[in-house]
Amino acid sequence: MGTKVLLKGNEAIAEAAMRCGCRYFFGYPITPQSEIASYMAKHLPARGGVFLQAESEISAINMVYGAAGSGARTMTGSSSPGISLKMEGISYIAAADIPCVIANIQRGGPGLGGIQPSQQDYYQAVKGGGHGDYHTLVYAPWSVQEMMDLTVLSFDKSDEYRVPAMLMADGTLGQMMEPAEPPPFQDPPNPADKAYATVGTEGGRGKNIINSLYLDPHKLEEVIRERYARYDIIKEKEQLCETMYTDDAEVVVAAYGSAARIVATAISSLREKGVKVGLIRPITLWPFPQKAFDTLTAKVILTVELNMGQMLDDVRLAVGGRIPVEFYGRPGGVVPGAAEIADQIMKLV
Amino acid sequence: MAVIFDKPRSLTDVPFSFCGGCAHGIVHTLVAQTMDELEITDKTIGIASVGCSVMAYNFFACDMQQAAHGRAPAVATGVKRVHPDRMVFTYQGDGDLAAIGTAETIHAAARSENITIIFINNAIYGMTGGQMAPTSLLGQVTQTTPKKRTVESQGYPLRVSELLSTIEGSTYIERCAANNVKNIRATKKAIKKAFEIQKQGGGFSLVEVLSNCPTNWVMSPKASMDWIESDMMPCYPLGVYCDKSAERGVKFDA
Repeated sequence: MGTKVLLKGNEAIAEAAMRCGCRYFFGYPITPQSEIASYMAKHLPARGGVFLQAESEISAINMVYGAAGSGARTMTGSSSPGISLKMEGISYIAAADIPCVIANIQRGGPGLGGIQPSQQDYYQAVKGGGHGDYHTLVYAPWSVQEMMDLTVLSFDKSDEYRVPAMLMADGTLGQMMEPAEPPPFQDPPNPADKAYATVGTEGGRGKNIINSLYLDPHKLEEVIRERYARYDIIKEKEQLCETMYTDDAEVVVAAYGSAARIVATAISSLREKGVKVGLIRPITLWPFPQKAFDTLTAKVILTVELNMGQMLDDVRLAVGGRIPVEFYGRPGGVVPGAAEIADQIMKLV
Repeated sequence: MAVIFDKPRSLTDVPFSFCGGCAHGIVHTLVAQTMDELEITDKTIGIASVGCSVMAYNFFACDMQQAAHGRAPAVATGVKRVHPDRMVFTYQGDGDLAAIGTAETIHAAARSENITIIFINNAIYGMTGGQMAPTSLLGQVTQTTPKKRTVESQGYPLRVSELLSTIEGSTYIERCAANNVKNIRATKKAIKKAFEIQKQGGGFSLVEVLSNCPTNWVMSPKASMDWIESDMMPCYPLGVYCDKSAERGVKFDA
């Protein structure tokens, strides 16, 4: 066991990113993610990296594009309205097959919305968001420890598959402090080791082009199909999910991130009263952990989200009508308490 | 037999896809000659933009990235911050740089990002078929100003070199033209100077090149070159708008 540190969730993302070799952060201030940028600004230069506050979210993600294409581990962070602005760049990054990490510390919306915690961006994150046929890996932490662990995993899997990865948290997870064990230090990658990277052709290395333009539609189709073949491997190998008390549960609650934390508290208290209720917590939102849903034997599933019902669609697709799926959600930055969730569960028992 | 003119090594063998009479090919050649002469082709990363200049990634022999519309200076920033020892340039048109990419351009200059921008001003959107650009002239007929550009409807042309020269971070801003041999030679000199400034860590440099679009201007190549002189230059005078290279420690060989 290593030493635990006490950090805010946002700071944990930044610390973990630096420890796993991220040396280039391009950001723009927005509540409630600003601590990612300020922590990076404070610590990244001392670790030999570059923190740059861009003139816009759009510029920040395009700086990430340039750095990612140059072979570096790089990331940006933002919150819902800022993530919308980044969507053009994320589409280009996905289309250029270059790795990076984008942290979304979600807040209420749509529009300017509010600054309280929300899960309003599920559709945007897992169904596309920007234009075109593409996916991003989407990881949903529920603790400060997972803010660290999944940051490292996001970088590793993004590198492995050359697919951008999104860390989907929210204002609660970003702002709360918990003790967590930081990941070990890794050296940053050598850009010259990346076969695709633009590092200069010096030494006889062939010319590299980071690009998403294919004027020949047949070539573009071929490129998209190759990417989807990689997505199939990801769907097969990278699903992550946690279950609690699902073996004998008559009601299973499906929830992710901070909503799942509240649900877990509600379930613990109901279990003490003998209520057979369990939790299924997707950790990867894309790929959606379909396999874990295949083994559920519950009579009913209750999906709980901090929105009007978005993951709900994927839960329904996952069970394919085999189990009825109900929904309870609070949008706009309202966070329900455990008792409120317990009441909803009891309606289905 | 003495070779007096040859294709620069910094251009690939991919044939230019530009319309007949377009000066993009000339400016590409000047950039490539510059890379040849400074012997930096294998140490350079170019950023192509969106518009007629989009295919630049196929034409230059150096490593290239293709950026989203207007975002080339931000992409160049990302590349340069990872590889400060490499030469990084963008090649952008007027719609890309002066409309959708205005913020990226101004802030790259404000940071004195150590990159070089080659800015092609032909007063029109070429690739999309001849729409009004921010640099289109008053009175100019385009697809989106069919009854001429007027102050009342579309406001005034944007003078990028003048604008950027007011920014402290700008090290070297010069406006040139690709309309005749004399001006093309001056353009080459300016591009080489801009690259030299970057090589010595001098900061942000931009060379604006007044160029033509015979297709969308609906002119012969010769008439379009004359129009640069007769109509564009009064609005966009040639010259050095900003040169802080000496105070920023850049030294040029005599």
